Amino acid sequence: MATILVVTSGKGGVGKTTTSAAVSMGLAMAGHKTVVVDFDIGLRNLDIIMNCERRVVFDFVNVIQGEASLNQALIKDKRCSDLYILPASQTRDKDALTKEGVKQVLDQLSEQFEYIVCDSPAGIEHGALMAMYYADTAIVVTNPEVSSVRDSDRILGILQSKSRRAETNDTPVKEHLLVTRFDPARVAKGEMLSIDDIEEILAVPLLGVIPESQAVLNASNSGNPVILDSKSDAGQAYSDTVERLLGKELPHRFLEAQKKGLFQRVFGG
Amino acid sequence: MVSIFDIFGKDKEPKSASVAKERLKVIVAHERRARNAPDYLPALQNDIMAVIRKYVDIDPEQLQIDLNEEGNFSVLEVNVNLPK
Repeated sequence: MATILVVTSGKGGVGKTTTSAAVSMGLAMAGHKTVVVDFDIGLRNLDIIMNCERRVVFDFVNVIQGEASLNQALIKDKRCSDLYILPASQTRDKDALTKEGVKQVLDQLSEQFEYIVCDSPAGIEHGALMAMYYADTAIVVTNPEVSSVRDSDRILGILQSKSRRAETNDTPVKEHLLVTRFDPARVAKGEMLSIDDIEEILAVPLLGVIPESQAVLNASNSGNPVILDSKSDAGQAYSDTVERLLGKELPHRFLEAQKKGLFQRVFGG
Repeated sequence: MVSIFDIFGKDKEPKSASVAKERLKVIVAHERRARNAPDYLPALQNDIMAVIRKYVDIDPEQLQIDLNEEGNFSVLEVNVNLPK
């Protein structure tokens, strides 16, 4: 039985696809056979973040509608042999995803993979509901910013009431908080919500903190999941996140601002 | 980090992060209550509003209703601010 993991947030642009790419690559590099599925029907982007946009022939919707087999649609990652990508359709709309169709594909994937990472679209509409419906575990990606925190709370409410586990009174979806684009220097200045603030408001266990980092844009520019940039702060923070997901206890890093020189300390900035 | 400009500066306003936290706590608590409330609550609120408006002209934000769980029963709390 595979573990189905949804990466969700409510708000757009907070780092769901970046996280899906990094986490799925991290799980696969740790030796777990992993597939990452793009649920953003009509606006597929996981393929370009994973650098396989020119290898897409068939997609998720083709498989649901019986126009292609699952193995025809799966794209094998060129960097890690344990990682596969199932791209979203670019031409259909989100209603092409049905509960039954999604279940069929996830059941089939469960036979081959240990982890199925579902990259949710933004919003709380059909596509987002389909991405979370069958989840065992959820990573709620949140920026330290009011609209993102509020939307995360909304998504948590939906996980607790509209997921398969909620509807069938199964054990609840395991929730994890991942704070991204965190800037400790601004927290120190009182300009940004702290990790404690966000944990207090959302009351969800913290899985990881990804610092605001130039490495993330560099990674998406070249199509390499940022976790492969092991020299970068964001890459290391994602590696820690994956290890915690796999059960290891690690202290959170990158929570403190870099020490400033005397000049900066006296004159601010 | 406190700079020399902060020490001698005059800004004594609360930092924006604490404003954000307070605003979030209020709205998240409100939305959680609404989420767990029975479906009829918004309709009930509209009906109560219509009844009050037959007698006094009030704005929608002058009426607040909350349903609070108290063990094996619930308490419907209705707060109406009437203009003088």
